[in-house]
Amino acid sequence: MKSSVITFPGSNCDRDMDVALKKFGFNNKMVWHNDNELPKSDLVVLPGGFSYGDYLRCGSMASKSKIMQSVINFAKSGGLVLGICNGFQILVETGLVPGVLLRNKYLEFICKNVFVKLDNKDNPYFKNIDKDIFELHIAHNEGNYFCTDDQLKEIKDNNQVAIYYSNNKGQIDEISNPNGSIKNIAGIFNKEKNVLGMMPHPERMIDQSLSGEDGSIFFKNLIKNIK
Amino acid sequence: MKVSAIITLKKDVLDPQGKVINQTLDGMGFKDINEVRQGKYFEIDVKENDPTKAKRIVEDMCKKLLANLVIENYKIIEIQ
Repeated sequence: MKSSVITFPGSNCDRDMDVALKKFGFNNKMVWHNDNELPKSDLVVLPGGFSYGDYLRCGSMASKSKIMQSVINFAKSGGLVLGICNGFQILVETGLVPGVLLRNKYLEFICKNVFVKLDNKDNPYFKNIDKDIFELHIAHNEGNYFCTDDQLKEIKDNNQVAIYYSNNKGQIDEISNPNGSIKNIAGIFNKEKNVLGMMPHPERMIDQSLSGEDGSIFFKNLIKNIK
Repeated sequence: MKVSAIITLKKDVLDPQGKVINQTLDGMGFKDINEVRQGKYFEIDVKENDPTKAKRIVEDMCKKLLANLVIENYKIIEIQ
């Protein structure tokens, strides 16, 4: 299984993602933002970080970089594109997934573990996964998911919510919402479910001695689904 | 020509930064505030001498990069 991780100037989770993908069996290549062509890939990952210094709006400039045209074409032809954190911000700026990510409600950079509940397993990312509630790490300043009422209706109608912030029992309540995201949304799909953007970092939870292994479950399941 | 554009958050979008500025101003004794909204200001020197064309170029920039039209509005405020 071949994967590509795009490195933008300012990406800082690209190598963590490379380690995670290789650990679970992907043949991963790092791709520079200024390249024109994507290598042949089964999965493309837009990693976390602060692409282009997060100037203007997070992810806005990265979404216009050279490689992104190939990534957008890949996504539109059905290829799997996963955006984590800053990668999610880049995805919303491309328009591949709806909505935007605003400054956190309480103006704090948040760096902690959270619980998320899966909403939808009818997709290549979570199909057959035998777990509903995951403990994952978040680290962001702009993770406050927002969309218009019309977009929210469309997202709901098409089952596009991937994960919600919840408590450890899977209850989706206000107290479990770290950043003010509308309806506790932590990750969403495009309509076709081949593009997934999410704020939590599964690549940071792949080793028990470091933090936890809920991310391992995600990657193991993903590679199984791609095979 | 120099074209100036301002980008502001749409009315229904929460602006926590504006809110904090509002609170600070209030704490400093500025008691006559209804609301503060923070935005962005751009001054772009374009290689174009026709004001209509220059405006159109910057509008295009606003639509494609400078503003995210899901949450923001743009306005060209000055051409000189």
